[in-house]
Amino acid sequence: MSKGSKHKDKKFGMVIDLDKCTGCGACMVACMSENNVPFKENESNKLDSITWMRVYKLENGKSFPDADICFLPRPCMHCEGDHGHAPCVSVCPAIATDYDHKTGIVSQIYTRCFGCRYCMAACPYHARYFNWWDPVWPEGMEKLLNPNVSPRMRGVVEKCSFCHHRYQLALDKAYADGRDKIEEDEYQTACTQACPANAIIFGDLDNKKHAVYSLKKNPNTFRLLERLGTNPKVYYHSSREWVRRAGDNYLKHETTKA
Amino acid sequence: MKIDRRSFLSLGAGATAGLAFSPLPWKLMDDSSIWTQNWPWVPVPTDGEASYVDTVCSLCPGGCGITIRKIDDRVVKAEKKDSDNANSGICILGLSSPQLLYSPSRIKTPLKKIEGKWVKISVKEAVAEIAEKLKDLRKDKLSHTLACISGSSSGTVPALFERFLKAYGSPNFITVPSVKDVYKLVFSLSLGSPYVPVFDIANSDFVVSFGTGLLDGWGNPAQAFKAHSILKDNKKKLIQIEARLSNTAAKADKWIPIKPGTEGVLALGMANIIIEKRLYLNKNILFDSVTEGFEEFKALVAKDYSVKAVAEITGVKQEDITALVEDFMKAQSPVALFGRGEGTIPGSLHEMMAVNFLNALAGNFNKAGGVHLLSDNSYINWTEPILDDTAYYGINKKRLDGAGDGKYFLAKHLLNRLPEVLNSSETSPINMLFVTDSNPFYTMADTKLVREAFEKIPFIVSFSSYMDETASMADIILPNHFFLERYQDVVATCGLKPAVGLSKPVVNPIFDTIHSGDAVIFIAKALGGTIAESFAWDDYKACLDETLEAKKDIMDKELFWVDESGVFNAFADAESSGKFEFINDKIRQTKPYTFVEAEGEKKQYPLTLIRFDSMRIASGYTANSPFMTKTVADTVIKENDIFVEINPKTAAEYNLTDGSKALLTTPKGKAQVRVHLYEGIMQGIISMPSGLGHSGYDNYLAGKGININELIGQIEDPASGFDAAWGIRAVLVRV
Repeated sequence: MSKGSKHKDKKFGMVIDLDKCTGCGACMVACMSENNVPFKENESNKLDSITWMRVYKLENGKSFPDADICFLPRPCMHCEGDHGHAPCVSVCPAIATDYDHKTGIVSQIYTRCFGCRYCMAACPYHARYFNWWDPVWPEGMEKLLNPNVSPRMRGVVEKCSFCHHRYQLALDKAYADGRDKIEEDEYQTACTQACPANAIIFGDLDNKKHAVYSLKKNPNTFRLLERLGTNPKVYYHSSREWVRRAGDNYLKHETTKA
Repeated sequence: MKIDRRSFLSLGAGATAGLAFSPLPWKLMDDSSIWTQNWPWVPVPTDGEASYVDTVCSLCPGGCGITIRKIDDRVVKAEKKDSDNANSGICILGLSSPQLLYSPSRIKTPLKKIEGKWVKISVKEAVAEIAEKLKDLRKDKLSHTLACISGSSSGTVPALFERFLKAYGSPNFITVPSVKDVYKLVFSLSLGSPYVPVFDIANSDFVVSFGTGLLDGWGNPAQAFKAHSILKDNKKKLIQIEARLSNTAAKADKWIPIKPGTEGVLALGMANIIIEKRLYLNKNILFDSVTEGFEEFKALVAKDYSVKAVAEITGVKQEDITALVEDFMKAQSPVALFGRGEGTIPGSLHEMMAVNFLNALAGNFNKAGGVHLLSDNSYINWTEPILDDTAYYGINKKRLDGAGDGKYFLAKHLLNRLPEVLNSSETSPINMLFVTDSNPFYTMADTKLVREAFEKIPFIVSFSSYMDETASMADIILPNHFFLERYQDVVATCGLKPAVGLSKPVVNPIFDTIHSGDAVIFIAKALGGTIAESFAWDDYKACLDETLEAKKDIMDKELFWVDESGVFNAFADAESSGKFEFINDKIRQTKPYTFVEAEGEKKQYPLTLIRFDSMRIASGYTANSPFMTKTVADTVIKENDIFVEINPKTAAEYNLTDGSKALLTTPKGKAQVRVHLYEGIMQGIISMPSGLGHSGYDNYLAGKGININELIGQIEDPASGFDAAWGIRAVLVRV
């Protein structure tokens, strides 16, 4: 790396366009495939079904024919909280999860986690999952495992990492090429890359050249449960008012910010 | 010291208290948890060199250009190909291809059924046995009793099967029909040639879809999603006309609920308003010079399809119909989409013709944002197979499915007629059946009847890669390589142009499987005579190379070869001779307009069951991967129970609450289900997803839910003969 180059901290985040998201589930499969997420014969109990990325179906609560639905993909929000005090980070007794000020990514170190699950209780987004069992890959399917992500054992918590290993790979490649910076398209999460509708946009929220920088400023953009002060780094965009309202607990007389 | 009872107890109590206050038990528990966590049954992925290989996905008719991530010689992931190629893309099914490659339900070696049990055999033995049986049939002048069901009708592999049947002497090559077959009929009736329409959704400013599952798996899903996102970016409109709030309807700017099965009526009603108000004249097309039969059509729709009558039949408000027509005709480049859901059920010919009249009245053929017509130019230019006397005798026999004859004059293949034909004769008119690239025992309507019919066939050869429902009923299985293990040409479209993609092996076959193309060639060679002469290629690869010729170099580099000559230009200039015929003798012969109704008595079955397609559930020959099933919501499948969607008001009438168990009965069968209250469905209608209820495959899929084909029967479209069933009457009883 050249001497004297400035290493500005990054703040990776997402803007998800809910007008474009079709609820197809491609992001969920891409994520599971990338991150060695295990699967069981019965995954219909969604409380113990590990999905780092989960697509929720929202309903507007109206009767036919005014009913409307909207799909909302939910990765880890990588909350910044106040100076990195994300809800989960604050409660972890083992420093198994931490806020990286250099990238804005909330990490999860499986070998440090001893499974107290305080973080799961603290997370208002249900983004964290507990391994109640050791993962089992049927014979032959262990060939699918990605060597860049370690499979988890029973008794630890796991969650979306913004495909942090992809960031490391991109940095390694840049270093090998003699560069000290990576371009926007060099580091993209698996879900972003897979989305057939291009509904997920990922990048450095603080970098003016990245698409997310301007997208997050759209008046129809909101974050989930913003008023809890979690300061999430995943933004959503919807032209429908009821969807934006669904993003937080509003009183009847309250209006959304847009 | 004497240990009496008292000191023994106090020692015990002291030890317990001491242990409880010491860290020892906690330390031991912690150590044992950590120790057992590190037991070696959590695999450590082996590291290796990462590489990317491009190929064409053939899991659905979309034919996307994808890229496969490999670590050494194993496949770890499928990804979207990062390129400008017009057909690059990936969907949830394509992303699942690595799991499907290593799936436990793959058939690992050729198998033969002996007394109900599978026995491993070699490829050689299998080929020899099949050839022996085929020779016997030929000796008895029964060559025409060989039939073949092929999942696809395009590309060299289906062409090899068709050629084999011809050289052998059978007319009974049958493909699994889809909406594409009806699309071709729509244009061969109105433009004289079986054009395949490609809808330029991305450039349209007003898309009205008559139940087409634009975002539910229709056409090439990846391209449809992309086009929809462009619509959203450009702030253009999408209108969805459908009984159920599908994912497409939810994303649309307006959802117009309609009584299912009356979409064609609505389209004709709209056409009537357009003609009445002379709105088509705004479109600057020389109407008289490019159309024929307009006056007769005009009179016909004026008579039977007044706005009032249409509103009554369809349940769509009059003002909504007129507003829709105005918006449609006001738009610069409107387009009307036809073909229900993802298009696995062919559907009603007249309904699609009716919707296509709107495209004709808007004059949008081959214009930006309109319907582009591609000719089905074949790039396969083989010499005709050599026929001996037996072959001549055989191929001149009538087709079993009756296609191309009498009232079925329009259709080329009619798979849906086969069960009835088989069941109506005492001994099976088919002595041997080849099943390739398809799973008819699962995908065909009225599964029970289909099973009964096919059980009569004395010998079934399956070429399936998976132990699916059809393969498990076969007598011999010659398992095909998975698409990541084989060469194959894939017919696709690149943008708005016809194209051919090349699927390339990404890994060596992991099991003892055989390319279906090779299997046919080897069987032909084993038969000898003119049949072997008709298959002069050494193997499939040689055949493919010869067929693709110079195109192969382009495909090797770009994955796709684009057929620039395959675009129809008749409407581009007024001087061309191609005219759009609203009505002609052939159309009259189909007795326009008849739309099929749901089977069953209204009194006995007060509800109507419709199927819905979902991107998360594959309903065709390829079934769900474990990851895909994992994404299915718990309001669709819970444990092994399937949910039926019902409007809360209808549910109340039947004393049903959310999640309650019920018995669903249709004229075709019964099933235990649970109900899910959904405001996005019309009263009186219930719906169920297609693609569940498999009995074959692995524990990640088998036994989950009900196969809707067991509950729905086929309804022959009076115009085409294809299955046009969109639902069935049903009743729900709480249990």
